[in-house]
Amino acid sequence: MMRVLAGVAVLLIGGALATAVGRRARLANAVGATSATVGCLVALLPVVGVLASGRAVPPLPWTWNVPFGAFTIGMDPLSAWFAAVILGLSIPAAVYGAGYLPHYADRKLLGPPWLLFNLLIAAMVLVVTAHNGLLFLMAWEGMALASYFLVTFEDEQAGAREAGRVYLIASHWGVACLLLFFTLLGAQTGTLDFHSPRSSPPVASSAHPAGPAGPAGPAGPAGLAGLAGSADPAVEATRSGWRPLGWRARATAGDAGPRRALGPKLTGALFLLALVGFGVKAGLMPLHVWLPEAHPAAPSHVSALMSGAMIKTGLYGLLRAWTILGPPPAWWGWLLVVIGLSSGLLGILYALAQRDLKRLLAYSSVENVGIIALGLGIGLLGLSAGSAALAVLGFAGALLHVWNHAAFKSLLFLGAGVILQAAGTQRLDGLGGLLKRMPVVGGAFLLGAVAICGLPPLNGFLSEFLIYLSALQVFQGSSLSRTSSSVVALAAMGGLALIGGLTAACFSKAVGIVFLGQPRSEAARQAGPPSGLMTAAMLALAGGCVLASLAIGPLLRRLAPVLAIATGLSDGAIADSLGPARAPLASVVGVGFFVLVLVGLLVAWRSWLLRGRTAARGETWGCGYAAPTARMQYTSFSFAQPLTDFFAVAAGLRQNLSEPVGLFPDRASVDTRHTDALRQGLFASLYRGASWGLARLHWLQHGRLNLYVLYVAVTLVILLAWEFGLSEWLGGWWSWLAASLAGGF
Amino acid sequence: MPEASGLLRFFPTAVALLLAPLMLGVINRIKAMFAGRRGPPILQPYWNLAKLLGKGAVYSHTTSWVFRAGPIIGLAATAAAALLMPLGPCDAAFHFAGDVVLFAYLLGLARFFTVAAALDTGSSFEGMGASRDVFFSALAEPSLLLGLLAAAKAAVSSSTWFELTGLHQQITVEVWLNAGMVLLFVVVALFLVLLAECSRIPVDDPTTHLELTMIHEVLVLDHGGPDLAYILYGAALKLWLLAVLIVSVALPRTAYPWLDMILAVGGAFGVAVVIGVVESSMARLRLLRVPQLLVGAAVLTVLALMLEFQT
Repeated sequence: MMRVLAGVAVLLIGGALATAVGRRARLANAVGATSATVGCLVALLPVVGVLASGRAVPPLPWTWNVPFGAFTIGMDPLSAWFAAVILGLSIPAAVYGAGYLPHYADRKLLGPPWLLFNLLIAAMVLVVTAHNGLLFLMAWEGMALASYFLVTFEDEQAGAREAGRVYLIASHWGVACLLLFFTLLGAQTGTLDFHSPRSSPPVASSAHPAGPAGPAGPAGPAGLAGLAGSADPAVEATRSGWRPLGWRARATAGDAGPRRALGPKLTGALFLLALVGFGVKAGLMPLHVWLPEAHPAAPSHVSALMSGAMIKTGLYGLLRAWTILGPPPAWWGWLLVVIGLSSGLLGILYALAQRDLKRLLAYSSVENVGIIALGLGIGLLGLSAGSAALAVLGFAGALLHVWNHAAFKSLLFLGAGVILQAAGTQRLDGLGGLLKRMPVVGGAFLLGAVAICGLPPLNGFLSEFLIYLSALQVFQGSSLSRTSSSVVALAAMGGLALIGGLTAACFSKAVGIVFLGQPRSEAARQAGPPSGLMTAAMLALAGGCVLASLAIGPLLRRLAPVLAIATGLSDGAIADSLGPARAPLASVVGVGFFVLVLVGLLVAWRSWLLRGRTAARGETWGCGYAAPTARMQYTSFSFAQPLTDFFAVAAGLRQNLSEPVGLFPDRASVDTRHTDALRQGLFASLYRGASWGLARLHWLQHGRLNLYVLYVAVTLVILLAWEFGLSEWLGGWWSWLAASLAGGF
Repeated sequence: MPEASGLLRFFPTAVALLLAPLMLGVINRIKAMFAGRRGPPILQPYWNLAKLLGKGAVYSHTTSWVFRAGPIIGLAATAAAALLMPLGPCDAAFHFAGDVVLFAYLLGLARFFTVAAALDTGSSFEGMGASRDVFFSALAEPSLLLGLLAAAKAAVSSSTWFELTGLHQQITVEVWLNAGMVLLFVVVALFLVLLAECSRIPVDDPTTHLELTMIHEVLVLDHGGPDLAYILYGAALKLWLLAVLIVSVALPRTAYPWLDMILAVGGAFGVAVVIGVVESSMARLRLLRVPQLLVGAAVLTVLALMLEFQT
């Protein structure tokens, strides 16, 4: 843990130094980027250690004289899984930033963005390692603020200011829910510390070889029994199941007797609070509205970090909250499945309708978070039904997708940044033909696009495949009811297939319009390749995508202890459930190799065939028309038009068409714009309602200072009265209220 | 059926690679019969491929390496998909839980690169074809997976994982007697998917090149020589694979492996005959109607799934 803190210290000191050097842009840039890289490397080592061993690092319980607070940070495999995403992504983002930020050197100070960048990383690391509610919330808020200032980095642009405002408001909605969540939970359990279930050395997590050869038989059913909340205390005590999870107070009290049970209604309310609070950060529909504004506005390496890592902290929060809340009822899973599917479908439909590359990528993040939520929802359904295989495969697919999405989405965002700087625009219809101008970047972007479409043999397919397998678990005679299982299968298979098809449409559009064909503007024609640092960062991420697909076996082994925490199942049950998935995954990788070999053979055959023949260059065939211009190409809008028309209601496209009429037609125009239906319909009307309601209170605010002083005086008098006895008088009344409230729960 | 050893496990793949172009020959002969013509020789698709392989190539100035990679990755992915398809009594070369997902996504990979190659030419014709292709395939993909899921639920005992080979071997006469309606829905839906995926009438007209209605033909307008040969061969292979898939659901297994083999291969050509009859007896649908057809297929599969889960 000390090494993680050392890394964080390097980040903070480096960021401060970068700011301190002031106007010397090159020095600030060098200091900032170096400190970010070094700090992340230092912190990454212990994270890798935790993942490799599957053992948690005991938390550092430093006292901290903040009420209810304790500077307790520790790292169990679940924390490490997410910390690895954050740190592993920050390094290429920092390297890329070193090449990207000097672009702004003539009009911006480079120190502050580096300080904020480092602060953002440090806050995210703290979020996933904090073992105390208050510390968690402070880190959470620090993360939101650091990223807010990065979103508004180009604050001379109205769009960036607006994006920052939306982001700040949305973030604080989330924080408000989390505050309530932790307060309620703390009030129930008496402390804000949370304890990792793996803080004591695990019994068998790394000892036994995970796989089909792992301990089978008795472990599985026992794990299930513990999972289903069996009344047999002996079974429960042997499992690192729900009982030792969560709060220290409960753990210590639990030794004496049964823990203070959270009633189902209170747990349900806590679940919803966590879902809203963390769902805002994760970008789940309908709470995603900030995401397509904020992510494109930030500098591209920050966009990459936000889309790749920051939204994942929301998912981490959800997972951590579930380990605290105990066995899930079925409706949690259903809710997650519905939210996941609607995020996935609407997210990709909105992405398809975008004409701005970074916005398209941001909406696709919503879609991917939806896929992750779908996996988690299936997992929760499995947990609630006592089907370990369903639970493990759903969670495994979701957690794997967290890594995979981090790799390819940040790769795509970095590519978008290159294009922004080289061509000066993000507008898809001003781009084209960039593959020839920047072959390496284009190739990496293409690879990222194939990966994000979930196409084999790259990593995106593997995590989606696991979620498909969890849907196929229906055949394993899972203990879901017939109707439930058919709905799960229908939703997961049909939904994922439709999402997959739409994603392929969306990213063939992105790649095709941006990198292929002819340049659609002069700027795109002049664009040149980026600096070596930026290219290197993209290549590293592209390599990560390839590696993640090749190393699926070792990755699953590292995932097992993470799953043990996330699902609360025993190691044996997890190995039993993951075991049957190994052979298919290996076959998928094998078939992927076969594709590559075939590609090589076909290339060789074609060049052998074409040897000595003419391979002429000519014009693109245009039915004999020999002077095609770039403007005649299909545009991003026309490419997506059949799909967006078909799903017009969902995709939120509005068209204003004034047709030419009469014998001498006047001006005609057509104007199509995409509006986020949820933002316009849901939140805009909510806020209009709020501002109408608050306007009724306007009489309180009139600018007369003497009356304001009176308000202060009245408040003080009431507080004094409270101190001297009013509290006791009210106390009786209050306890009655509280009792009736608690009774209600 | 015991696991075939060594090279023998690639038998279904080899049959697919050999016989796929013959499907097109059969379709063309049927269409010629309906039109009262004699029609081209049944082996004409092979001669066409050989002729194309013997030609040079022309590449547009606009294009990059993606244009040349399209046909190659397209064919490689389709051929890899052929590894997953069983044939009659023979298991597929690779079979594992959820291989149907890989099958569908390999076809998706082929499509992605075909579409990218089309967009690389900068021609609005090919842009149009690309746009329509991704649209229709996005609608067809759920039907393929859900249909097979329903068929598998009807046929496969609940203790085994769902895989194409398992599905293939377990559809017997009893399954048809018990869940005939489900399987019928699935077969119809899969046939509609085949018509859309392989760009046949009524979704697309494979004989036109430059009308505004076309999808697949215009997608590959700029390819020539060996590249076009790869594309045409890949398209034939895809047609064969989907036809075999339909046959594997439609025709129950018998007790005799040799009869199964005859039924499977004959069935595939039977599908070709049906395609020829459909193409001869109806016109292409208006483009706006095609999504309705595909949504209809999806509805059929959902219905089949619900029937199966409720009974």
